[in-house]
Amino acid sequence: MDSVIKIIPLNAYIILSAVIFCIGIVGVLTRRNAIIIFMSVELMLNAVNLLLAAFSSYSGDANGQVFVFFIMAVAAAEVAVGLAIIVMMYRNTGSVDIDLLNKLKN
Amino acid sequence: MDKMFYFLAFLAILSALMVVLVKNPIHSILYLLVTFTSITGHYILFNAQFLAAVNFIVYMGAIMVLFLFVIMFLNLNGETEPQKSTLVKFAGVISGGLLLLVMVASFKKAVTIPLNTEVDTQIGLIKNLGMVLFKDYALPFELASVLFLVAMIGAVMLAKKDWK
Amino acid sequence: MTIDIIFKLILIASIFGLSLVTAMYSTLAERKFAGFFQDRLGPDRAGPYGLFQPLADGLKLLTKEEIIPESANTFLFLAGPSLAMLTACMTSAVIPWGTYIEVDGHKLPLQVADINVGILFVFGVVSLGVYGVMIGGWASNNKFSLLGAIRGASQNISYEISMGLSIIALVMITGSLSMREITDQQSGFHGMNWYVIKQPLGFLIFLICSFAETNRTPFDLPECETELVGGYHTEYSSMKLGFYLFAEYINMFISSAVMATLYFGGYNFPFMHDLGLSQNVVAMLGVGALFIKILLFIFFFMWVRWTVPRFRYDQLMRLGWQVLIPLAILNIIITGGVVLFFQ
Repeated sequence: MDSVIKIIPLNAYIILSAVIFCIGIVGVLTRRNAIIIFMSVELMLNAVNLLLAAFSSYSGDANGQVFVFFIMAVAAAEVAVGLAIIVMMYRNTGSVDIDLLNKLKN
Repeated sequence: MDKMFYFLAFLAILSALMVVLVKNPIHSILYLLVTFTSITGHYILFNAQFLAAVNFIVYMGAIMVLFLFVIMFLNLNGETEPQKSTLVKFAGVISGGLLLLVMVASFKKAVTIPLNTEVDTQIGLIKNLGMVLFKDYALPFELASVLFLVAMIGAVMLAKKDWK
Repeated sequence: MTIDIIFKLILIASIFGLSLVTAMYSTLAERKFAGFFQDRLGPDRAGPYGLFQPLADGLKLLTKEEIIPESANTFLFLAGPSLAMLTACMTSAVIPWGTYIEVDGHKLPLQVADINVGILFVFGVVSLGVYGVMIGGWASNNKFSLLGAIRGASQNISYEISMGLSIIALVMITGSLSMREITDQQSGFHGMNWYVIKQPLGFLIFLICSFAETNRTPFDLPECETELVGGYHTEYSSMKLGFYLFAEYINMFISSAVMATLYFGGYNFPFMHDLGLSQNVVAMLGVGALFIKILLFIFFFMWVRWTVPRFRYDQLMRLGWQVLIPLAILNIIITGGVVLFFQ
């Protein structure tokens, strides 16, 4: 199972996670549903996780994988709070459309 | 092994695209689940067993269930999905594509340091990671638990309906 | 090399077949025991003692008309029961069913995959089990199904936490996450090494949580007939309903196997190495011992089902969050203290 490091160049993983990260950014920019935007952020976090794990495995250094672990922990906490905020927003506006949240303008 | 990589990479990119493209939020969640599955597959290819298991449990078993739960709870579907204007979508896709272009171009020009080919493939095992985690990162680990406590209390306070 | 692969294929096929047959006959056993507990006969028409009843039930389910509701999302409606079945069958890959048998000088372990993170794998698959219920319930486009699905999700999430915490206390004394290593640590001493003796509280929490995770009475709120018609599978008919019912029985079988492996010594039995038998015979006897333990657990599941009434929803949540989680944390603290003391 260890041969992926020798066969696939590290650049392949860099490009793969760059592509996934950019898909996440496009999702944040083009969608209005707060939950989908949140999911796109998760996609971006996962791209970063993949890249960190790849760097860690290719250089034989365990620190990167520990960081991935911390990112996952923070993501779990973030999702709990974020979804609670979205539920509260739905309760107040009856929708999850972020364009309705423009009260801070003007 | 390389076939496995290309298959998983293709699956990840395709399903990530579908997350952003499909209208129905429930379908988006299921595609995101496929993306996470393929990323778990990549971790297994690295022999990062612990990360694969945690990704499985935390992302697929907990986070995505929460998303699915909230979407079912709020009863969102394709018809209620708000849409941005075509112009904004177009601008979003172009700026995302430009970012990708810049990133890939800079990677092409970057100088690659030759990596040590005889790396230790056992670092992803739970024993080694536990050693690093509890020796070098003991304080961040404890702080993460405080973070969880704060998040838990915060989520309960935010979602509680009638607050006296 | 080839003999290993052929053996693995045979092993996978036989485990799959065994879990299906056990699940099939669990349905008959359940009805027979229900009859026994309620002082009636139970099914006895199809074959001697009703032994062909599962076949008759299967035939009935297969030949019934298949109805997909018009307003349902067809793909997800089909994906629900398939996912339920998939997640039910996946766990059996990491359970060590026996030691190893020797063929031609090859050591062939009776386990499909001995991975280092076996317990985490089991835990991950258990947490995926909720998708089948949620997707099926949502895709049916029916209020009762949706309610059942949301109940199933919140119940599974709540009880997963205490399940994980009870496993943490176990892992603190095993020092390993591999199922085979944990089983091997429990050998010898005529059953006195079983982890149920070192972890009685942890086992109790794990047992309650596995009742909740398999949606069995007293935790069968996702499908309770009296309030939700049929819960998440209200709209299902024919073999798709059969898949959901079957997945429940396979889940019961697998969680019995996990409990027997983690807490009751798995394939170990008293006087295992003192009988002077050859390795193959000991391995086969070990498989038999594991199956006896599993069948006892399945009997326990049924016993509880026909004895204890269903919880109310608030009672279920209170038990999960206010009783089991503090108890599990207490268990971790005590275990940690004891481990530190004996070091």
